[in-house]
Amino acid sequence: MMNTNSYLLSILVDDEPGVLSRIAGLFSGRGFNIDSLSVASTAEPDVSRITMVTKCEPQIIDQIKKQLHKLINVITVNDLTDKKYVQRQLALIKVNAQPEKKADILRVVDIFRCKIVDVGLSHYTIEVSGDSGKHDAIVSLLKPMGIIEIASTGSIALARENGKK
Amino acid sequence: MKFNGAQVLIKMIKAEGIDTIFGYPGGCVIDIYDELAKQEGLRHILVRHEQGAVHAADGYARANRSVGVALVTSGPGATNAVTGIASAHSDSIPIVVFTGQVPTALIGNDAFQEVDIVGITRPCTKHNYLVKSIDKLASTIKEAFYLARSGRPGPVLVDLPKNILQAQIDFEEPGKISLKSYKPNYKPNKKQLNKVVEMIKKAKRPVIFAGGGVIVSQASEQITRLAKMADIPVTASLMGLGAFPGSDPLWLGMLGMHGTYRANMSIGHCDLMIAAGVRFDDRVTGNIEKFAPTAKIVQIDIDPTSIHKNIEVHCPIVGDCKAALEGILHLMEDQKTDDLKNNRPQWLDQIEEWKSTTPLKYNQGSEVIKPQFVVEKLYELTKGDAIITTEVGQNQMWAAQYYHFNKPNHFITSGGLGTMGFGLPAAIGAKAACPDKLVVDVAGDGSIQMNIQELMTAVESKIDVKIVILNNQYLGMVRQWQELFYEKVYSFTNMENTPDFVKLAEAYGAKGLRCTRPDEVESVLSQGLNHEGTVIMEFAVDKEESVYPMVPAGGSITEMLLV
Repeated sequence: MMNTNSYLLSILVDDEPGVLSRIAGLFSGRGFNIDSLSVASTAEPDVSRITMVTKCEPQIIDQIKKQLHKLINVITVNDLTDKKYVQRQLALIKVNAQPEKKADILRVVDIFRCKIVDVGLSHYTIEVSGDSGKHDAIVSLLKPMGIIEIASTGSIALARENGKK
Repeated sequence: MKFNGAQVLIKMIKAEGIDTIFGYPGGCVIDIYDELAKQEGLRHILVRHEQGAVHAADGYARANRSVGVALVTSGPGATNAVTGIASAHSDSIPIVVFTGQVPTALIGNDAFQEVDIVGITRPCTKHNYLVKSIDKLASTIKEAFYLARSGRPGPVLVDLPKNILQAQIDFEEPGKISLKSYKPNYKPNKKQLNKVVEMIKKAKRPVIFAGGGVIVSQASEQITRLAKMADIPVTASLMGLGAFPGSDPLWLGMLGMHGTYRANMSIGHCDLMIAAGVRFDDRVTGNIEKFAPTAKIVQIDIDPTSIHKNIEVHCPIVGDCKAALEGILHLMEDQKTDDLKNNRPQWLDQIEEWKSTTPLKYNQGSEVIKPQFVVEKLYELTKGDAIITTEVGQNQMWAAQYYHFNKPNHFITSGGLGTMGFGLPAAIGAKAACPDKLVVDVAGDGSIQMNIQELMTAVESKIDVKIVILNNQYLGMVRQWQELFYEKVYSFTNMENTPDFVKLAEAYGAKGLRCTRPDEVESVLSQGLNHEGTVIMEFAVDKEESVYPMVPAGGSITEMLLV
């Protein structure tokens, strides 16, 4: 695709079976693209929040938002892309922790204010929480030490009441 | 008082004012049929294939602008209904389809006649439901009807597990439907309406383009008043035929791939297009880049996704067509007539020239019947007052070109999906809705065979439909494309082996007539139309007649192939 941008959508939906399938079906049926997706309940009963990152050309995003809103179970579609928001992504990264590398790993963990949540004879599992930039940075630093596996959530985000991005 | 689920269903259907449903029994809906046997005031028409039930419900909905209802069983009953549902979805037709489902305890176990019909129909319904509890049954049905008919209408499917239909409940009338996630916007933005009036005053070459949305919102009167008030010529999409009188001097004819020369040229040269209830389908626009290149475009639509989807518009109006047009008309009343009809004579003269130099035409000789001639004679004999349904292909285009629809709800055709086999069951539905109207299915020899079994439905239910088969012994529209774009390689479009339609009609207990000569067309039509009961009139027409004008797919609509 040419000139694609990344958009961050925060979508409130009825908490009903099949809603995710309606949204996923809309994207596959119309050739839209889901980059990451995160779904969980909200403080309001029967309402879930879906946070989605989609990459597309600028003229497509309006159609995506309108089509999402047209789904009967979708309550609101909020495009956070050009707004002020806080965004987080959670990742668990299991790295090789050979004795000579342990100090390096711990330094990275310290600098990025991550946590070690599991320790083995030859590995650490690190919990990283932050925006996608921080996530990418720590992955690139840990890669030389030998990443064994990564589990990561999609982005979640909320608009800020005020203040700076 | 206790009711079972089947009784609740029937109560709710009746409460919606529905007097006729179309269906086919089966194991999972047997409880509903047990109740139907005891009903008065709710007519059930037994079709011969579930696809027919849904098309009939669709025809019913279009003919009297209500909601059509179809009832089918689980598994194959439900999958057979899918083409009908997708057809209604493409044309925004309000129908509610009830499907049987295996008992909730068996769902997901690959039970006998189980399919995930909610999953299958998600992309081709406006919304769908699986009812998992008897407590939710009545409110779900009410919601289904509400969704089907409100906003941009469409098909809604309700999947009913057998144990829910058998479960007992103290029936309570469900309250008013209010959905936090669904609030269609009917009321147009007044600022935008003012803008339209200003645009009309500035325009020298305006055109109104009416679509199916005008028919749905019942805004024909408003379109007509707008056209007259400012002398604006009117064209329509296939779905919009009848929105504006076909005999009016301001009528341009249909737009698009098989539109009239003057309609397509008008769009190519207009400086203002007021598009109401249209979605700019590729069969209308041709090459998007060359569509209305000099025009400012106003688009009125209740569905925001229709706006800016295919073409950029200058003045979008989200709202009900009728409300928006009323608003515009109201604002125009304060204007001077001269301001509104600015420079109109030149524009109308230009259109008249296009009309007189390049009209719709064909040459009827003395030997071979031309299909257009049959449709023209049909128009004359019925005085333009019949409800016309069509199949899909050349028959559909000739009906659209040569039957001049003066009123809305008189042309019933599968526009968006282009479903062959639509016309006969849709005619049955239309006739069930409007028993006093003459209903004629204009068919081809190919497509009539796709749901021919519904002839039995018409005969059995004494639903009197007239079928005009334009028999050219080809799948004519595909043949036409092969002739024009595939070097006349008529690959598998030859249909010389058709059944004897006269005998076929008789086998089903209908009347069959055949016509092979131009000078007999009128008398055969008149005999068939006046016959009491269902009739097939077969016309052996010119085998290689093509539909013109024609815009090759993807071309500019002003560059037409002409006769």
